[in-house]
Amino acid sequence: MFKRVIEFEGPVLGVVINGRECSVPASFTAAAAMLASEDGATRETPISGAPRAPYCMMGVCFECLLEIDGVPNQQGCLVPVAAGMRINRQRGARTV
Amino acid sequence: MASILGIFCAANFGLRTLLTMDTFELAIVGAGPAGLAAGVTAAALGLRTVLVDEQPAPGGQIYRGIEAASRHPDSARVFGEDYMAGADLVRQFRASAVKYLPLSQVWQIDRDRNLWIRGANGVTAIGARQVLLATGAMERPVPIPGWTLPGVMTCGAAQTLLKSAGLAPSGRIVLAGGGPLLLLIAAQLMRAGNPPAAILQTSTNLRRAIAHLPRFVSSPSYVRKGLGLVAELRRAGVRIERGVGDIRILGETRAEAVEYIRAGTRRREQVDLVLLHHGVVPNTNLALSLRCEHEWNDAQHAFQPRTHAGLGSSVEGVLVAGDCAGIGGAKAAELRGRIAAYNAATNIERISTDARDRQCAPIQRELRPHLRARPFLDAYFEPPRDLLAPVEDDVVVCRCEEVRAGEIRRIVTEQSCPGPNQMKAFVRTGMGPCQGRLCGLTVVELMAQTRGVSPGEIGYYRIRPPIKPIALGELATRAQEK
Repeated sequence: MFKRVIEFEGPVLGVVINGRECSVPASFTAAAAMLASEDGATRETPISGAPRAPYCMMGVCFECLLEIDGVPNQQGCLVPVAAGMRINRQRGARTV
Repeated sequence: MASILGIFCAANFGLRTLLTMDTFELAIVGAGPAGLAAGVTAAALGLRTVLVDEQPAPGGQIYRGIEAASRHPDSARVFGEDYMAGADLVRQFRASAVKYLPLSQVWQIDRDRNLWIRGANGVTAIGARQVLLATGAMERPVPIPGWTLPGVMTCGAAQTLLKSAGLAPSGRIVLAGGGPLLLLIAAQLMRAGNPPAAILQTSTNLRRAIAHLPRFVSSPSYVRKGLGLVAELRRAGVRIERGVGDIRILGETRAEAVEYIRAGTRRREQVDLVLLHHGVVPNTNLALSLRCEHEWNDAQHAFQPRTHAGLGSSVEGVLVAGDCAGIGGAKAAELRGRIAAYNAATNIERISTDARDRQCAPIQRELRPHLRARPFLDAYFEPPRDLLAPVEDDVVVCRCEEVRAGEIRRIVTEQSCPGPNQMKAFVRTGMGPCQGRLCGLTVVELMAQTRGVSPGEIGYYRIRPPIKPIALGELATRAQEK
């Protein structure tokens, strides 16, 4: 679990993470917000359903894929949070 | 299929948009030290310059979040002076005339040097007379048993969370791997309030490095910094286990323990989080997608674009600078970014070759000591062979398609699979969303070791645009606008 240890200045806003309302700094990405509120898997793979979580946090590994505001397969580490954003785990493949 | 459609659609839209498209004299991809320095220099030379970057703020990975961090009193203490030095470069960049496009992914650069971008306004395209790729480095994949479990991430990922969000891991942390960054990140986590329970360092290779030692010790800042970090960690009681091998992460649905062998004995640590790291490698997907020629760097165990003295690639009008052209570190990247900008200006006949050479000579002199330390670091922290290519068949190599080392070896021997592109057809390695970024080097090393040839002889994946996944709906939105 990740905890906020340095409070950089900036606004705080409300988001909904896996159905739960949370306040997070506007400087967080969706993946950072997820890591700060949940432990363990943030997605299940489309191949075997294996549990995965963010790995590189710099946009290269695609392990942080999340469902953001209803749109699946978003790279959570590249999406800054926005007020009211709904961030959910990505379960398996997206449906077309 | 998606990528074929992507190329088709892009080519189609390209024709329609060329007349109305914004065109720049220089387009830079990446807002790390190389890209920022190139932008500042190019703008000062009067080049109409644009810089495109994925992140919300300038700095790249090394100076990630520097603007917000530099306003906080704890940052200098936690991150150190090398990080804080980035604030000045970012300030210069903000004050320059460079058009800056943050939160924008370049998913294709076509042969006419049009940059195709996915950003806040959907898909857009811009044209450029010169393109500078400054896409930086990424951490080398560390394929060991259990590395795909939640509760395992890279050291760089933890550092990014600390720099950009002020987030640090709680609980019991163990760092494992090698390279100078391992100790730096351990120290930063300690200063942020949660010292690692242990640092597991793989064997260093002094035998290979010894020839480079005199040049290394003549770069005193590296020696001083390295020894300073070790002393700081030891003083704080952080355990550093050296010469560790056979590292494996255990757990069912998350990492619970890490096992390793040291001095012939198997040991185990309970963990809440394992942070892996074994150096960084050039982030080459964009250069590869442009068909820039690449070469194998045997000292750094990675491919890099082939460049000439002017930092030009094999593709006309495309330059490369910074760590994406070979690992040299942040300061070297900044200096090479400046050199690239002068060359871009010369290529479009804005300044003479004489003026360029005059301007670049002192930069080249400043660059030399930064490059002097590199051969020692590359050799001393050379990744162990079983980390470059996992010995155990069960280790996942391609995280996206969940392909294991044994399958890849089997396809090489049983099917005489000649290269990584043929491997795609057999087992889909490199065909998931990360497009080979996390498995490419491992697949190449596995094939090279199995066949007993050099990785350079094996070659690398053919990378095609779009180099970041893009939904057809997003492309369609672009079509409707026109």
